[in-house]
Amino acid sequence: MKPLIRILALSVLLLPLPAPAYAAKAGNLDSAGTNVFDRASLQRGASLYVQYCMGCHSMQFQRFQRLVDDLDLSEELVQEFLIPGDLEITDYMMSSMPYEESVEWFGKAPPDLSLKSRSRGPDWIYTFLRGYYLTEDGWNNIVLENPAMPHVLWDLQGIQRAVTETVTDSDGNETTRVVGLQLERPGRLSPTEFDRVVRDITAFMQYVGEPAKLKRQRVGVWVLLFLSLFTFLAFLLYREYWKDVKK
Amino acid sequence: MAKSAGPIARSVDVVDQWINERAGVKAFYKQHLSEYWAPKNLNFWYIFGALSLLVLVNQLLTGIFLTMHYKPDAERAFASVEFIMRDVQWGWMIRYMHSTGASLFFVVVYLHMFRALLYGSYKKPRELVWILGVAIFLILMAISFTGYVLPWGQMSFWGAQVIISLFGAVPVIGPELVDWIRGDFLVADSTLNRFFALHVVALPLVLLLLVVLHLAALHEVGSNNPEGVNIKAKKDSQGRPLDAVPFHPYYTVKDIFYAGCFLLIAAFIVFFWPEGGGYFLKPDNFVEADPLVTPEHIPPVWYFTAFYAILQAVPNKLMGVILMGAAVLILFVVPWLDRSPVNSLRYRGWPSKIALGLLVIAFVRLSMLGLSPDASIAEIRFWSVIYFGFFLLMPIWTSIEHTKPVPERITT
Amino acid sequence: MSETEQLASVQPTADPSRRRLLLATTGAVGAVGVAAAAWPFLASLRPSARALAVGAPVEVFIGDLEPGQLVRVQWRGSTIGILRRTQTMLENLPVVEPRLRDPDSDDAGQQPEYARNEHRSIKPEYLVLNMHCTHLGCVPSMIPQVGAQPFDADWRGGFFCGCHRSTFDLAGRVFRGVPAGRNLLIPPHSYVDDDNIIIGVDPEGAA
Repeated sequence: MKPLIRILALSVLLLPLPAPAYAAKAGNLDSAGTNVFDRASLQRGASLYVQYCMGCHSMQFQRFQRLVDDLDLSEELVQEFLIPGDLEITDYMMSSMPYEESVEWFGKAPPDLSLKSRSRGPDWIYTFLRGYYLTEDGWNNIVLENPAMPHVLWDLQGIQRAVTETVTDSDGNETTRVVGLQLERPGRLSPTEFDRVVRDITAFMQYVGEPAKLKRQRVGVWVLLFLSLFTFLAFLLYREYWKDVKK
Repeated sequence: MAKSAGPIARSVDVVDQWINERAGVKAFYKQHLSEYWAPKNLNFWYIFGALSLLVLVNQLLTGIFLTMHYKPDAERAFASVEFIMRDVQWGWMIRYMHSTGASLFFVVVYLHMFRALLYGSYKKPRELVWILGVAIFLILMAISFTGYVLPWGQMSFWGAQVIISLFGAVPVIGPELVDWIRGDFLVADSTLNRFFALHVVALPLVLLLLVVLHLAALHEVGSNNPEGVNIKAKKDSQGRPLDAVPFHPYYTVKDIFYAGCFLLIAAFIVFFWPEGGGYFLKPDNFVEADPLVTPEHIPPVWYFTAFYAILQAVPNKLMGVILMGAAVLILFVVPWLDRSPVNSLRYRGWPSKIALGLLVIAFVRLSMLGLSPDASIAEIRFWSVIYFGFFLLMPIWTSIEHTKPVPERITT
Repeated sequence: MSETEQLASVQPTADPSRRRLLLATTGAVGAVGVAAAAWPFLASLRPSARALAVGAPVEVFIGDLEPGQLVRVQWRGSTIGILRRTQTMLENLPVVEPRLRDPDSDDAGQQPEYARNEHRSIKPEYLVLNMHCTHLGCVPSMIPQVGAQPFDADWRGGFFCGCHRSTFDLAGRVFRGVPAGRNLLIPPHSYVDDDNIIIGVDPEGAA
C-alpha cells in the first residue's frame, strides 16, 4: 500500500511542467551567456550603456553612486566618464531627453530600462540588440516587429539583411517569414567582437535589474552552510530523544 | 522545593508562582506541550502543520518590516517596492522572504491538507478541526490575492481586474458589486489602498484567530495518526493514552529538525532562485501597472491555477464562477461525504486508494492547465469531472468498499 | 510534582549527558541563528541608500562671509552653522573657560580630532557647527553681544537655547549649570580651497 502512494506521488512530480517564464513569449532566443559576477564585463557594459543607450533610455531606479559601490569603480572614474555634465553622482541615471519631443520623434517615449532584464529576460535583450535587419522601409527586428527604436549599434555591427522563406499552405496562401539574418556589410567590429559588446550591455542591464544579486548569492552560501550545521545538530537531537520511544 | 536553593532560584520561584496564580502559564504549557499526548507513530506527513505555523510567523515578521517602507499609493507603490529591493538595507532579502513565503505557504498547506485526506483526519471527532482548516485556506487565498496586488505590476493590476470581474457574474447586483469592491470604475488607487488595509490588518487578524481556534479544536480532540487508531481508547492508570508520547520534547525536536530541512529549501530559493523560474515572481510583474496595455496572457499564481482552470470548464460566466467556488467550498462537507468505518487509507480498500491518486493527479494537471494560455478545454473538463467526482462519489465507494480491520493498539 | 508512573510508550535513556550536550549545542547554534536573522531586520531600519544619497556632502561658499556673520545650511537634516568669528570673539574664548563644563573638548565624540583645540575648528576664524542643542535638539540662537543678559550677568557672546535655557560659548562649548551636558557637535568638514568649505568630508589624511 505504501509503495503505491509513493509511486503515485512520484508520477505526479514527473508530469512535465509548462514554463511560464519569458520563453513562452518569443520563439527562439539566443542565449545571452552573460555573467553578472564578471566585474570587467559590467564595467564595459556600463560605459557602453552610457555611450549608446542613456541618450534616450533612463534607469530611474539606478543611482550613479551604486556603480562606485558595486562595480569596483572609483568615484573619480564614474564622475569623469559615466556621468553626463549636468548630473551628480547621487542622481539617478536619467536620460536628458525631453519626454514630449521623444514621443514626437519615436511615436512613443523610450521605455525605462531599470527592470527590462527582469521583465524580458537577458536572452531577449541580447537577441533584440543583435537582431536588427534592414528592409526597404527601414530597420526591422527579429524579436520585436517594427521597433520604434532605430539600430543604434549599426556602425559597430554593420548591416544585416533578412533571409526569408515563402511557404504555401494547403489553401494556396503564401506566407513569408524570416528564417535567419545575413551580414551584408560588415561594421567596425567583427561579429565576435560585436557579440561581446552586446553581451556586456546585456550583463549591465541584468545587474541593474537586480543589483542585490551580487550580494544575495554571497550571503546565501553562508546561510545554507549555517542551516546545514543546525539541521545536522537538530537531527542528532531528534534521534537522541526518539531512542526513548518504544516501538 | 529543596532547602539548598539559593536566593536567585528562590526569587525565580516567587516570580514563577506570582505569574502562575494569575495567568496559568504552567497549566497552558502542560495542556499544549508537555502533557499534550500525541500518538507515537506520527510520520513525515505530520510536519506540515508545524511548518505552516513557521511560514505564518515568517510572513507576519517580514510583512511588518515591508509595511515600514511600502507606499500603498498607485503613483508610488511600484517604485516603493523597487526602493525596498535596492535602497533599504537588506530590503531585498525581506521582500524575497515574503514573496517566496507566500508560495511556500501554499506548498505546506496543500501537503497538510493531503495528509488529512490520506489518513482521514477530518473524520469524527475532528470535523471542526477540518472545517476551521478549510476556513484558514479560504482566508489564505484572500490574503495572497490582496497581497499580490500590492507591488502594482502588470500582473498585479490585470490579475485583480480579472478576478474582481468574476463578481460581476452575480445576478442583478453584479456590476454594482464590482464597482463597490474596486471603489472606482477600474482597478485603481482606491482598490490598492483598501487591499492594503485588508492584506496587512483585517485578514491577518482573522487568520490568526482561525489558527488559534484550529489548534484549540485539535488539542481538544487530540491528533489522529497514520493508523487511524483511537489512542484514547487505551489509557494507563493516570488517564494517559498508552500509545502516546508527550508532544514536548518528542515532537518539538522532530519538528525542529524538519523545520531545519524546510529552511534549507526556503533559503536556497530566497538566495539563489527567488523568481522560482517565473512561478514565484512573474516577469510581467516587473513592469509597472498600465491600464492601457493588457498583457497577452494573464494567468494567476501557480497555487490558484487549478481553480482558475475549473472556471474555464463551462462556457457560461456565472456557471464557471459557481463551479470554481464549489471546488473550494465542497471541502467543507468532506467529513460527511466520507462514510468509511476506518480513518486511514492503510485500512481502506482499493477504490479509496485509486480515488485519492486520481484526485492528486487531477489537481496537479488542472494547475498546469490553468497556467497555459492554450489549454485544451476538453482536458480541463475531463479533470474537472474527476476532481468533483472524487467528492461527489465519495459516499458511494466509502460505504461499499471492503476495509481491513483496524488494530486496537499502535504496533508499528 | 508527585511520583508518577512511567509512561507506557517511553523508556528514558540511562545516560542523559549526551542529550544535555546535544541540547546545549543545538540551542546555542539556534540562538546564534536567531540573532543573525534578526540583524538584517534591524539593519533595514537604518537610513536607506536614498537617505544616504540625500545626506551627501554639501559644499558652501564662504568667500563673502563678513566677520561676525553666521550662515546656516542643511546637511543630513540638521542645521549647520558657519560662523566667521571676529578677533574680539576669539579673544573672549579663553576668558569664559573657567565656567565651561568641557573647555578642552575632552569629549571625543563631539568633534573630529582635527577640531579638538581651543577654537574647535580647522582655521581659528571659521567655526563649523551642528547647531542643534545637545540637550533636546532645538536650535539655539546666536547672541554675539558682550554684556549682561537675563540669563547671564557676564555674557561674552555665545549661543542661547530658548527651549531650556542652555548656553554655549562662541566655540560651541557648553557652560556649567545648564541642562545640556555636552558641547555642540562639530560635523566633519574640510576646505576645498580658501573660499569653499565642504561639510561631510574629512580633510585628506584625517581619520
